[in-house]
Amino acid sequence: MTATAPAQTPLHQPALHESGLKHTTGEARYVDDLPAPAGLLVGQVVVSPHARAKILRRDGAKARAVPGVHAVYFAEDVPGLNDVGPVVHDEPLFATSEVQFLGQSVALVVGESYEACRAGVKAVEVDYQPLPAILTIEAAESAGAWLSEPHVMERGDVALGLRSAALRFSGEVRTGAQDHFYLETQVTLALPEEGGSLRLLSSTQHPSEVQAIVAHVLHLGRHQVTVEVPRMGGGFGGKETQAAPFAAMAALAALKLQRPVKVWLNRDQDMVQTGKRHPFRCRFEAGFSPDGALLALDAFLVADGGFSTDLSKAILDRGMFHSDNAYFLPNVRLKGLVAKTNLPSNTAFRGFGGPQGMALIEDVMSRAAERLGLDPAKVRARNFYGPAPRNVTPYHQEVKDCRIERVWQELLASSDYAARRAAVDAFNRGSPWLKRGLAITPVKFGISFTTSFLNQAGAYVVLYADGTAQLNHGGTEMGQGLHTKMLAIAAHELGIAPERIRAMTTATDKVPNTSATAASSGSDLNGQAVKQACETLRQRLTPVAAQLLQVSEAEVTFAQGRVFSSARPEVAVPFEKVTQEAYLKQVSLSAAGYYRTPDISYDRAKGRGKPFHYFAYGAAVSEVELSGLTGEHRLRRVDILHDVGASLVPTIDLGQVEGGFIQGLGWLTCEEVLFDDKGFLRTHSPDTYKIPAFGDAPADFRVKLLEGAPQPDVIHGSKAVGEPPLMLALSAVAALRHAVGSFGRAGAEVELSMPCTPEAVLRAVERARAS
Amino acid sequence: MDALRFCLNGTWVEEKSLSPTTTLLRYLRDKKGLTGTKEGCAEGDCGACTVAVAEARGGAAPRWRAVNSCLLLLPMVQGKQVVTVEALRGADGHHPAQEAMAKALGSQCGYCTPGIVMSLFEAVYRDDLDAPWKLDDQLCGNLCRCTGYRPIRSAAQAVAGTCPGDRFREGLAAPGPMALAYTAQGQRFVTPATFGALWDELDAHPDARFVVGGTDLSLEVTKRFAVPPKLVSLEALGELSALTETSSGVSLGATATIAEVEAFTATRLPPLHRMVRYFGARQIKHRGTVGGNLCTASPIGDLAPALIALGAVAVLKSRAGERRVSLDEFFLGYRKTALAPKELLAAIEVPSLGKDVKACSYKVSKRRELDISTVSAGFLVETAADGTVTRARLAYGGMAATPKRAAEAEAALVGQPWRQTSVEAAVKALAKDFQPLSDHRGSAGYRSLVAGNLLRGFFLETQGTPQPTLLPGHASTVQPSGAEGGAR
Ligand SMILES: Cc1cc2nc3c(=O)[nH]c(=O)nc-3n(C[C@H](O)[C@H](O)[C@H](O)COP(=O)(O)OP(=O)(O)OC[C@H]3O[C@@H](n4cnc5c(N)ncnc54)[C@H](O)[C@@H]3O)c2cc1C
Ligand code: FES
Ligand code: FES
Repeated sequence: MTATAPAQTPLHQPALHESGLKHTTGEARYVDDLPAPAGLLVGQVVVSPHARAKILRRDGAKARAVPGVHAVYFAEDVPGLNDVGPVVHDEPLFATSEVQFLGQSVALVVGESYEACRAGVKAVEVDYQPLPAILTIEAAESAGAWLSEPHVMERGDVALGLRSAALRFSGEVRTGAQDHFYLETQVTLALPEEGGSLRLLSSTQHPSEVQAIVAHVLHLGRHQVTVEVPRMGGGFGGKETQAAPFAAMAALAALKLQRPVKVWLNRDQDMVQTGKRHPFRCRFEAGFSPDGALLALDAFLVADGGFSTDLSKAILDRGMFHSDNAYFLPNVRLKGLVAKTNLPSNTAFRGFGGPQGMALIEDVMSRAAERLGLDPAKVRARNFYGPAPRNVTPYHQEVKDCRIERVWQELLASSDYAARRAAVDAFNRGSPWLKRGLAITPVKFGISFTTSFLNQAGAYVVLYADGTAQLNHGGTEMGQGLHTKMLAIAAHELGIAPERIRAMTTATDKVPNTSATAASSGSDLNGQAVKQACETLRQRLTPVAAQLLQVSEAEVTFAQGRVFSSARPEVAVPFEKVTQEAYLKQVSLSAAGYYRTPDISYDRAKGRGKPFHYFAYGAAVSEVELSGLTGEHRLRRVDILHDVGASLVPTIDLGQVEGGFIQGLGWLTCEEVLFDDKGFLRTHSPDTYKIPAFGDAPADFRVKLLEGAPQPDVIHGSKAVGEPPLMLALSAVAALRHAVGSFGRAGAEVELSMPCTPEAVLRAVERARAS
Repeated sequence: MDALRFCLNGTWVEEKSLSPTTTLLRYLRDKKGLTGTKEGCAEGDCGACTVAVAEARGGAAPRWRAVNSCLLLLPMVQGKQVVTVEALRGADGHHPAQEAMAKALGSQCGYCTPGIVMSLFEAVYRDDLDAPWKLDDQLCGNLCRCTGYRPIRSAAQAVAGTCPGDRFREGLAAPGPMALAYTAQGQRFVTPATFGALWDELDAHPDARFVVGGTDLSLEVTKRFAVPPKLVSLEALGELSALTETSSGVSLGATATIAEVEAFTATRLPPLHRMVRYFGARQIKHRGTVGGNLCTASPIGDLAPALIALGAVAVLKSRAGERRVSLDEFFLGYRKTALAPKELLAAIEVPSLGKDVKACSYKVSKRRELDISTVSAGFLVETAADGTVTRARLAYGGMAATPKRAAEAEAALVGQPWRQTSVEAAVKALAKDFQPLSDHRGSAGYRSLVAGNLLRGFFLETQGTPQPTLLPGHASTVQPSGAEGGAR
């Protein structure tokens, strides 16, 4: 990207990805790429072949005798706590008496090669007595198998609202699981250090938690465990909690054998052994006025948590927090529960339950519009949040600075929605089998960890006497461009070029006690901490510079690699002159920064609070085309307008919007996680699990960031961007409904299930044709 | 005994002790420290392992082809040039493919990026990118989970087909011989250069298995960790890859790659060309062969239904000579063929279609690109001057244990006028022909419905309906035989 004029600051300017060129040459190193340290051993996990079974016997003797095998570890070999549950201790590192899903870890075989380990795995003897397993939400519901207490949010009078509604209908909305399919699978390399300490190189979004879990598993102090993240080949939530068990296994073996040990999962292992996006089963009853005003919504959301709690409660919460999307629900009751099934423990995935909640309300909106014979865009718009009293969420947080109306109007105009909708309808009248659909849907997404204390971050910035800097912060780089943004902030604060600053790998010995890089919060939280650390350094340098320049401290300005007087810019010295002078003057050149989000809290028992610092907004218009003969479909054009406040680095944010949309599209259209009736994952590799490919992206893809919209009280007026765009893909589902509906009679509800695979679409077309 | 010998990033390497089923990917990463090339799936479905290989094929000058290193066994690159992502940057700076990707922000996490750069690398030197779909085809073998592809498309558009006269174009060295007889770690891999040598090898090792592209066979190694003891590659037997056209039809050599078949059939045999358009992805098309696709005898192999409908004949070859078997009779059961021991498939002959023939092929899959068929079909209908159907060949994949003709549906058509009512009767008869299975690709009900709908779609389009019935730009697009133009 070549900027038109040399900018004063890299902030709010287009930039390349900080590792972009390194990615293209292969020199960007991921954990599995690091040169093998001397004496490296590798591990392979012995997993349960049953969805649920009693373990009668475990014996590693024969496996230990396999040539090349160095050790076999079971639960008994764990010196500390045999548990890796991030919130609740209900997830054993190695199963002891019972296995609870097919793929659960029972033992670890460590050897000189993967071949040796595979032979070892085969030789490990485990006797199982299979037990009946729960493999669906329905089965969990009838068995009363729950991982949570009910969570309820309520406002207004639902019963009254429903009674007063001219249109009253109920239904079920289901959303499917989604595999993260980060291109780099789970991996940790554990290196023994002196005195029983360990250094871990791990592909994780949450190094501090990996550190904490490894410490308690091994009965060590956290100070003995350092976790470092070089970079990740994608995370998407799948490496928030799920890196920990495999890291703990590598650490266990490295500590016991005092040799470097790597645990890396191949694709099939990764897909079978790790959790996915929570499928939701939502039932609802809704009431609307004849002109499409939503009067009441009563909804019951059940998330499939899998076998253990993991982050499921917070994910269910976020699903409920987003069951309103951008709509004011005057009378609402939301109830949610997490079901326990004998499947891998479902976990964080971009959007963290939010997409599931939004899918519910968007389906309700579509169905109401279909039943009422109204343009769904009008039904949606008339229900938006607005001025008081239409500004209160179901959890009683006020929606301030609501931008959905502005986004909507600008996008309707720029996408030419009305004319194109008419054109689509005209096309459909003349085309018996090939039909098109056009729809616009909104996104309002709450920003903050809803577990309030997690909203904190740290940074540690080091200046050297030559004026170069190293930047450490608590966030991890998984491709989202966090380092690029943090470099822009640091460069802005210090007034030097980003090239003079090096973003260091994230490590728990540089910035401790961090939160996961998750909840879209990476740049909001770490950005403030980086800013603060740089400010501290600037404050320390200011008197030094004032003396050098012979000006007052108030005049001292840092910009473009120079330090100068704001009154007389020609009175200047290079930045490195000041750092050199500071060093000679015995001024400390390193500083820590820290930030916590003010004023947020949520009372789960009461269903009330202010869980979010602010909301991010966006909207998308999708145009689809489908064949009524095969159900195959494609996107013809997509227009997006998304609100990222005053973008820190617009090129990076654009990438997040585009990538998020396509990932959401995958979840909603082609990605189908299928288990057989024994709990075996049938879609355990890209042969059978289909994420969007090159040609699935719309040929005509127009993405814009909302202009002139800085967000108060967020780092440099920006807004979080990681998750919200994923939900823009709901517009594709709404568009498919439009196309399917054109096969049937007006006023009939379209019965389209998600994911909208060709088969699901054809089924819906057949139903529409029969209507 | 021969050694494994190939040119890696400009330097010839020799290996004598590695298992012959070591994949190029594992070799690069584990033995050579070339970790730019990534493993994302080890099954050809993600493209993270893409490298470029240069070889001379069919007498043409050598050129770069993007291939999946995860499916290439080391003997398959014998005598060839291999370039990995590490070698692209030279003293003269980054390669245009690298620069374009970085400039377009075509990488986020970067894990897919080396593979994408290598697919772009091939695209840079291609001089036949004359239709937009060819760029999609070039890149659809590379999955990216982060970017949503738009920036990658921009990068591709910037550099594809620019054909710079750089060291990669100039330095295409004459390849060494592919022939090889290699034994290590108790495994044998032989690539004979003559049929005499082939028959001798088979007589000496009757239990040896054939391999060509390895896009089916290598999966046994990379996914099931099998250790095939004896393999015989047909890749060095040049005449087996010939593609020829005569007045009576076309002949497709068994070791011709899908990419070669795609280029060859574009104008000569459009009904087959349609099917090939959505066959795997570029990397797979460069390695997968006609013979491999048919001899692996998968019920969901894409060539069989199209070729059966077109009345193809298989030419089988052994020391005893050649024999011809109608492709209808080639598939005996689930993954079972009419090949005798020590016999190979030499070629497929497709007769000329005749002017009263309408033919086409279809592929329906969950994802349009790089996916295995849920249902595939090849149709051929011949009509008399009065519109009566005189010949009907309706072949389906994904509907039974083998690719199979729909005898009942065909009978329902023959002797009837080529009309909607006849087609409906044929669709009805399909229920007697097939009782498909339900699996992760589709339910039995879906398969049955689509099988009938494809026939309906075929009919409608032979009638020249003003509106298409299937998605444009899709392999399913019906095209009567002889029609001109690309797949869009
Ligand atoms: C990612 C991926 C995508 C794919 N997509 C598709 C697709 O879209 N459609 C599709 O149909 N297939 C697809 N395939 C399957 C495969 O690519 C094809 O079947 C291909 O044509 C096989 O050719 P090959 O030369 O690589 O076979 P090989 O793997 O070399 O051989 C396959 C089998 O055939 C035998 N064989 C090969 N040639 C001969 C011969 N001449 N005579 C006798 N026996 C022989 C071998 O002994 C072996 O058993 C895909 C595979 C992968 C990995
Ligand atoms: S590793 Fe995925 S295609 Fe080779
Ligand atoms: S950049 Fe992450 S997979 Fe492509």
